[in-house]
Amino acid sequence: MSNQSHDPNQMTGAAMIVRALIDHGVQHLFGYPGGAVLPIYDEIFQQSDVEHILVRHEQGAGHAAEGYARSTGRPGVVLVTSGPGATNMVTPLTDALMDSIPLVCITGQVPTHLIGNDAFQECDTVGITRPCTKHNWLVRDVNDLAKVLHEAFYVATTGRPGPVVVDVPKDVQFATGTYHPPRKDDVHVSYTPRLKGDAAQIRKAVALLAGAKRPVIYSGGGVINSGPEASKLLRELVEVTGFPITSTLMGLGAYPASGKNWLGMLGMHGTYEANMTMHDCDVMLCVGARFDDRITGRTDAFSPGSKKIHIDIDPSSINKNIRVDVPIIGDCGNVLGDLLQVFRAEAKKPDIKAWWQQITQWRARNSLSYRKNSEIILPQHAIQTLFEATRGKDTYITTEVGQHQMWAAQFYGFEEPHRWMTSGGLGTMGYGLPAAMGVQVAHPDSLVIDIAGDASVQMTIQEMSTAVQYELPIKIFILNNQYMGMVRQWQQLLHGNRLSHSYSEALPDFVKLADAYGCVGLQATKPSDLEGAIKEMIKVKRPVLFDCRVAALENCFPMIPSGKAHNEMLLPEEATDEATAKAFSGGKALV
Amino acid sequence: MNQQQPANQPASAYFLEDRHDPTETHTLSVLVQNEPGVLARVIGLFSGRGYNIDSLTVSETESQKHLSRITIVTTGTPMVIEQIKHQLDRMVPVYRVVDMTLTGRSIERELAMVKVRGGGDHRVEALRLADAFRARVIDATTESFVFEITGASSKINQFIDLMRPLGLVEVSRTGVAAIGRGPEGM
Repeated sequence: MSNQSHDPNQMTGAAMIVRALIDHGVQHLFGYPGGAVLPIYDEIFQQSDVEHILVRHEQGAGHAAEGYARSTGRPGVVLVTSGPGATNMVTPLTDALMDSIPLVCITGQVPTHLIGNDAFQECDTVGITRPCTKHNWLVRDVNDLAKVLHEAFYVATTGRPGPVVVDVPKDVQFATGTYHPPRKDDVHVSYTPRLKGDAAQIRKAVALLAGAKRPVIYSGGGVINSGPEASKLLRELVEVTGFPITSTLMGLGAYPASGKNWLGMLGMHGTYEANMTMHDCDVMLCVGARFDDRITGRTDAFSPGSKKIHIDIDPSSINKNIRVDVPIIGDCGNVLGDLLQVFRAEAKKPDIKAWWQQITQWRARNSLSYRKNSEIILPQHAIQTLFEATRGKDTYITTEVGQHQMWAAQFYGFEEPHRWMTSGGLGTMGYGLPAAMGVQVAHPDSLVIDIAGDASVQMTIQEMSTAVQYELPIKIFILNNQYMGMVRQWQQLLHGNRLSHSYSEALPDFVKLADAYGCVGLQATKPSDLEGAIKEMIKVKRPVLFDCRVAALENCFPMIPSGKAHNEMLLPEEATDEATAKAFSGGKALV
Repeated sequence: MNQQQPANQPASAYFLEDRHDPTETHTLSVLVQNEPGVLARVIGLFSGRGYNIDSLTVSETESQKHLSRITIVTTGTPMVIEQIKHQLDRMVPVYRVVDMTLTGRSIERELAMVKVRGGGDHRVEALRLADAFRARVIDATTESFVFEITGASSKINQFIDLMRPLGLVEVSRTGVAAIGRGPEGM
């Protein structure tokens, strides 16, 4: 009707992208420019609502966005160019898909008329990222762009969260079209995540819980994803029922580690009490976890005598690995709220004194014990010292992947959700450093520590340069044992101690490296240095690379050998060479 | 060292239950938004997660609403079939997944074109059998026929088996299409 040039919704595709980010409340964007996204970068240059963080490698942008998302509950946003920019995002996208992290990744693409011509920096981005995103789009018409962008945010953040990719050819970025703010009909009518649990199923679950003699609650990352309310309700449920609770790696912090019903983490490197409780229970309430193989061990020997209740927002998580008796499909927070209400109205706290006595006996095995050493820093001791030094502070922890990750999960006590960022599903070495950056961007005044290994940290160490540029005072606490520790441990236990390529012969001097990056390098080589050096690290208001020299050959126990049951775990004091050989015999084929 | 133990161990920890459960064949009807890449998503799901596709047909069925209907015949344990349905259902462009085998009230049809070459008695016999199977001749030369046959997959298999000794050259099959009986839609 009116003169088109005065319509404020008429704009270029590039302008639409920035406008959509603003409309979705995005404050920070992680990215790396390149030919196919220059029009978008030009728009970013001309505004100040969205701050762009320039990384050193696209993978860093992806993990930073994951850390940002996981610590805030808001989607992480990434902008990368076509071709290598997009392929470098494949790892973080897969990581986010496995751990249900909401990411919106915008990729540039070669102009539409060149698609399929093997143009410079062309790749089939939607084809490559199809299996590693919740959904993806190639936008060929600028007038579809607004709708697709709004849908992308909606799909990433609702239901089971996950990563999405919007691939935008360069000519679409230049073209002018009509933008519209987010509205209801932007989303596929076929996409309808179920949030509310079935009332009859919830009633069945309450009846099982009320009649339990040996119950356990097993919670996971879904509780964290559901938001702080879900963690609050989970704590209430534990209080109201008096049940013991354990959690997966991804779920740490939903229930406080100092809580009296806390059993510690379960699974391959979980505590003895958590795994024995899972194995011997009669009623299991699984909230927002997915019975992954690191949790269940051998599936046909997994908690054989129990009735299982499973709350999950994703129907495909139900009965995937373990058959359950009462599936409840819905958002954890929503279902926990309803379940609590029914439990309070219709059930009494069951008497499970005998069960707690049994658990107390298991706890007395002290499965996380390790022998003290005054000469060499033991990695477990290093984490405990770090935990003590940061206790009560506003702290966020990220990790890389391997032994240090498991020790962090075992020895660092998480009191609140959203404080623990780790690559659980995909197990991405190199996740922790950029993730810490993302967390620090979202929480500039908090203490953000990446508990790292010497091998993992080198996979994305170039991001220290980003941390220095943006004055992100992240602390990279490297448990340096000069090995790929978990690989070495498996080689020792499963491959006749033939340490094939798991020793890093030429590690950099991390202190000098810190100096080169313009950040602070610290080192601790003796247990007596450790506390002082950690305090120094916390005090410094700049990025720190902390080289913590730890015992080289320490193994991570307890451990359920892959393919064994929960009650066949190997405890540290039992892990003699003979017992270890027996426990792992024939297990080479296992993952 | 001990050579016997590995043989007693399962080759993998993850598929113990699969070994005991018998497999079943199911026909799934999947209603999807007809948009670029939707078929690739469905096929990618099957190959990525190691599911079987015995047969797959797809075509737009309601062009105004941009709806396509995919019919997939798949084989797996009941647990895997259940997984396949949930995995399909959670895809963004998927409207509905119906297990036609579970409803027990579906009709399944497939079309095949069968080329047979030969002369003399073989040629006469092929024509006679085609008649018995209600297959139509849609192309003929002095030394060959192309038959068009429609029916359940088992009927088509049977027809092809009979044509083999009579000079079967090649077969083109559409895969199974399925629809529910009665007045209701899916």
